[in-house]
Amino acid sequence: MDTFEPQIVAFCCKYCAYAAADLAGSMRLSYPPNVKVVQLPCTGRVDIFHLLKAIEDGADGVYVAGCLEGECHFLKGNLRARKKVEYVKRTLEELGIEPARVEMYNLSSAMGPRFAEIAREMTGRIKELGPSPVKDAAIA
Amino acid sequence: MSENKSGSNLEKVLRAGHFAFTGECGPPKGANVQHLKEKIAFLKGNVDAVNITDNQTAVVRMSSWAASAIAVQEGVEPNFQMVCRDRNRLAMMSDILGVYSLGARNMLCLSGDHQRFGNHPDAKNVYDIDSLQLISLARKMRDEEKFMNGEAIDVAPRLFIGAACNPFADPFEFRVYRLAKKISAGADFVQTQCIYNMEKFRNFMKMAVDMGLTEKCFILAGVTPLKSIGMAQYMARQVPGMDVPAEMIDRLKGAGKGKATEEGIKIALEQIEEFKEMKGVAGVHLMAIEWEHRVAEIAERAKMLPRPLV
Amino acid sequence: MIVGDRKSLAEILDMIKDCQNILITGCKGCVTVCNVGGLKEVQILALSLKIARKKEGRPITIEENLLERQCDPEYIAELADVVHNYDAVLSMACGVGPQFLAEAYPAQKFFPAINTKFFGGATGHGVWEERCAGCGTCVIHNYDGLCPVSRCSKSLMNGPCGGSAGGLCEISKDVVCIWDMIVKKKMEQGRLEDLLRVMPAKDWSTSRDGGPRKSIREELSQ
Repeated sequence: MDTFEPQIVAFCCKYCAYAAADLAGSMRLSYPPNVKVVQLPCTGRVDIFHLLKAIEDGADGVYVAGCLEGECHFLKGNLRARKKVEYVKRTLEELGIEPARVEMYNLSSAMGPRFAEIAREMTGRIKELGPSPVKDAAIA
Repeated sequence: MSENKSGSNLEKVLRAGHFAFTGECGPPKGANVQHLKEKIAFLKGNVDAVNITDNQTAVVRMSSWAASAIAVQEGVEPNFQMVCRDRNRLAMMSDILGVYSLGARNMLCLSGDHQRFGNHPDAKNVYDIDSLQLISLARKMRDEEKFMNGEAIDVAPRLFIGAACNPFADPFEFRVYRLAKKISAGADFVQTQCIYNMEKFRNFMKMAVDMGLTEKCFILAGVTPLKSIGMAQYMARQVPGMDVPAEMIDRLKGAGKGKATEEGIKIALEQIEEFKEMKGVAGVHLMAIEWEHRVAEIAERAKMLPRPLV
Repeated sequence: MIVGDRKSLAEILDMIKDCQNILITGCKGCVTVCNVGGLKEVQILALSLKIARKKEGRPITIEENLLERQCDPEYIAELADVVHNYDAVLSMACGVGPQFLAEAYPAQKFFPAINTKFFGGATGHGVWEERCAGCGTCVIHNYDGLCPVSRCSKSLMNGPCGGSAGGLCEISKDVVCIWDMIVKKKMEQGRLEDLLRVMPAKDWSTSRDGGPRKSIREELSQ
């Protein structure tokens, strides 16, 4: 589907991922507009509920971006977030939905280009997977 | 240890002071009586009694009591095995009466491998009573002539009561005490798990002799000839409670291509020779699993023939 | 606490396949403590089912609810006004919940979302292990506080069996041999003689083998 523009939600921690997003902006790096960023104090705040809700509401892809492992501002939040992402992947698989629609990424606040790269990578991946099978007529 | 409790051939052989030699036979995975009779025929005259296994490794086979009855018909004395996994106390007492009525005179009381190992892992397991309690029960039925609840039995079963002993399972320090416990519960004779680690077994027997256990109970050392390097490795790695020293596997490997089986038999024969001289060992239990046709040869080469007539 | 695991989504979806509108009711008791049927888990299950049904093109309406407990009629009664508004109700409590609900509201359909497994406790974060089989005649004082009924795969009273190796049960490397622990403890405490006595056969009539059980406090009956 050439006209398919994925809708992707990115849960980003304030200390690294969001800061990297800001940096990407200052560096005038472009990344796809498909990614809607949600700022959190820490990716540890993300709950399985938020990830599933995004899918239920029609997001084609969801990712969580936090600090590099070992460098989480709140120590282990990003490790806990990864476990939750893995749970959601398993749930999606059980439901016959591609687990690749949900992902966990780690980067530091200095990695503006990496932020843009992740956004491009995920958008590309979802474009290939196609629209979420859970699309609600109201949202599309 | 003088008066015959059951009058079984095995008991008489042991009490007369002969070095006993028992064998083993697994009933068929069906009602193939012909095949069972063939296997039993290989053992006839070569051993004092034949263990008839009970759904061994939780794989369903013809029941031990039925196969034991067939053994009796064929003129071979069975050692009827009963595990605690599949029967509750009612069925156990009932089967003891049944098998005795059909001519069996020896019984081996075992816990039984968990059904998870077998071909019907979904089954409910029973384990109403454990092997110690079963030994006590068999003795109560024989010596007190009573059921577990104290009611009198109308013609009591008089069985020669046996138990298994694994000197190689953990915790090692406890194993001789567990043997003592089985003897105090009523075990007249004990067959050990197949032995490969002779050093460990010698230590175990020394403890058993020191504790006076060998005066109260006949201990038969278990021997299973290693048919191949593969078998030795499988036993070493996959069978719980089995101790196969690396040197023994190396010896099989060193024997040369196609010669491992003969080497395995040689090892078994050496073991039997040592057991004949080992203090406290009253006999050997040969577990030649699915190898019944070789038992006569092994018995001959181990100088166990002819078997004593008592 | 009572510990269970959630049924697979496939099994639950099959139970509710003819429903358009359901209620999922959780419980603040044991299932909350073992993170399988509390508020969060109710929300996650609701979302998972809604996602599945949307994908099928047959959306489902799900409402969520949490009861203090599902093993006391007073709390079950709290659903009286709403329970019949749904095609069916999924209970995330232990097996007691759906039964109490079904008895209280015979006109409604109640499905269990949980496979209730055992009585146990937490041995690590996110890990619960069986400790009690509810045999009705506790004998752990004979075994220095360790229970062979629930923790020995064969419930031996006079263990260990010949399959105990390296402190592990023959059935799996994930299962500790409780008899290995009992023997070692007795040996360390100098009480080995305790184990030389043959423990008599257990009276299983007080366990589930004797039939469904009842427990009554005479002093409280009205």
